[in-house]
Amino acid sequence: MKQELVERIKNDPDFIRLTRERSRFAWILSIIMLVIYFGFVLTIAFDPAILGTPLSEGSVTTIGIPIGIGVIVSAFILTGIYVRRANSEFDELSNRIKDKVKGL
Amino acid sequence: MRSLIFLLLASAGIFAAEALTGAVEKQPLNMSAIIMFLIFVSATLGITYWAAKRTKTAKDFYTAGGGITGFQNGMAIAGDFMSAASFLGISALVYAKGYDGLIYSIGFLVGWPIILFLVAEQLRNLGKYTFADVASYRLRQTPIRILAAFGSILTVLLYLIAQMVGAGKLIQLLFGLDYEVAVILVGILMILYVTFGGMLATTWVQIIKAFLLLSGATFMAIAVMAHYDFSFETLFSTAVSMKDVSIMAPGKLISDPISAISLGIALMFGTAGLPHILMRFFTVSDAKEARKSVFYATGFIGYFYILTFIIGFGAIVMVFQNPQYLDLAKQAIDGGAPILGGDNMAAIHLSHAVGGDFFLGFISAVAFATILAVVSGLTLAGASAISHDLYASVIRKGTADGMMEMKVSKIATVVLGIIAIFLGIIFEEQNIAFMVGLAFAIAASANFPILFLSMYWSRLTTRGALLGGSLGLLTAAVLVILGPTVWVDVMGNAEAIFPYKYPALFSVSAAFIGIWFFSITDKSDSAQKEHEAFEAQYVRAQTGIGSEGAVEH
Repeated sequence: MKQELVERIKNDPDFIRLTRERSRFAWILSIIMLVIYFGFVLTIAFDPAILGTPLSEGSVTTIGIPIGIGVIVSAFILTGIYVRRANSEFDELSNRIKDKVKGL
Repeated sequence: MRSLIFLLLASAGIFAAEALTGAVEKQPLNMSAIIMFLIFVSATLGITYWAAKRTKTAKDFYTAGGGITGFQNGMAIAGDFMSAASFLGISALVYAKGYDGLIYSIGFLVGWPIILFLVAEQLRNLGKYTFADVASYRLRQTPIRILAAFGSILTVLLYLIAQMVGAGKLIQLLFGLDYEVAVILVGILMILYVTFGGMLATTWVQIIKAFLLLSGATFMAIAVMAHYDFSFETLFSTAVSMKDVSIMAPGKLISDPISAISLGIALMFGTAGLPHILMRFFTVSDAKEARKSVFYATGFIGYFYILTFIIGFGAIVMVFQNPQYLDLAKQAIDGGAPILGGDNMAAIHLSHAVGGDFFLGFISAVAFATILAVVSGLTLAGASAISHDLYASVIRKGTADGMMEMKVSKIATVVLGIIAIFLGIIFEEQNIAFMVGLAFAIAASANFPILFLSMYWSRLTTRGALLGGSLGLLTAAVLVILGPTVWVDVMGNAEAIFPYKYPALFSVSAAFIGIWFFSITDKSDSAQKEHEAFEAQYVRAQTGIGSEGAVEH
């Protein structure tokens, strides 16, 4: 890529907005996933009995079951949230940048 | 229920389920399974023939021309992850220990969102055929390519051995074929798919198998739930009445915080450093499709793990203590209620319990198909590291023409296939449970840190990547050898020198610190140039301007 083009894109307000917003969003979602997962395994490491608590009085199902399934579902939902925003808002921004530098 | 397989599985830790181990008994020839498998093989060979006609350039060979859609790629990625060993291994773990099986599968899933948020798009925008393209984007080609290729080939070989040995044993169990025959058959089919059909055939074999596996597992889970009026409480309470209440809570899988964190790091970063997974991101046309792939893959894999959880409990209520599946000979010696073929057969017996001989044949054929698809993807990734990174970039310094590069890749595939057959036979009687763990540890400690920092840290230099990456690789290998899985379980020493089963926390830290230290102390001119080149790389990574596009057929 030509240096001139790099300079031009780098200083483009759309580019600055795109990279700032996207990296903020990506890191926030990553941290949420890390907190959920490590919260889950560290609970198991420190106090596994918590997850063995019955869901309700007299039931065999423990709260560990919905929590475990919840971790799986949360991974899917988080990817969905990211893809939804990235494929609309972020792609729009990067397409705008691409249009602006077309022919350079 | 203390079968040999289970003991090995439990003692070797979490990665053991990815590698079927222990003694298995050859079963009588299973005709319906063999017929269904033959149908699968003819269909996939047909696809390979079709793909071969469309595989004309190196780009077609490595990336299927970049024309795979996000949905298809997501399915194929899920296929790469849902190996036969993980299907049978996770359901066996749930069958044996209940809740621990769920913990195990969750670890394998949570790396995917992280890959999506931090790696996927930049990888797609910067790379061409292999992840080394990205790692060496602004660094010196020769040393970085060699290190990346070495890390890739090592990861692929370790993974491949585990799959080949698992394949031999599984096919012995399911089809009643000899171990050697099974391993050779898998090797030959894999060579055919990859050399003739390249990435296009490999992807479609993976998609078809993922579809069959998900359909079969869905049917099993629904059949189990239908028996219990779709009430989890009824299913769980029946299971508890047959075993005991401990299956509803965490057991001994994770016992201390260091292991918990270390395992989490290995699974997360390891997934993001597996060459055959990373390579899949180059098969789609752009970053948008790359994102969609991960979204679909996460959905399919998560759904699959929920199914295996139900299947494991289904096996407790329908297979455990069922006289039809009881191994009387083993029971006479060990007591308890061992099932025929060991715990890894829990899902297979369940398929018989819910769908009779026909469905048993179907699930067995799917398990075989699964192995074929996974080894094909691995071999293609290994061959690409040899032809694209070592041959085209290091030996020919980027001057090789595409045709020659593709030829080298095909030769590499054949050679890797033969090596895999050979190693599969050598390691038949060995305890190979550590191999998948080691593959993940190396992927997490060498491949991932270099890849990640090359995308995010402008101060990364060739020296830092080379020394730090090597340090991570060595630390991972040494700690696995000195740890319980090799030092005690394989070599038979009484106590491990390194007390933890999963070295990732230490080896990944060593890699990151090493890369950081050797980069910031690098005051050379080339280091300065590498720093300056970051800006252009960053612009391309973020926008996709200048990245490899799809080829129209």
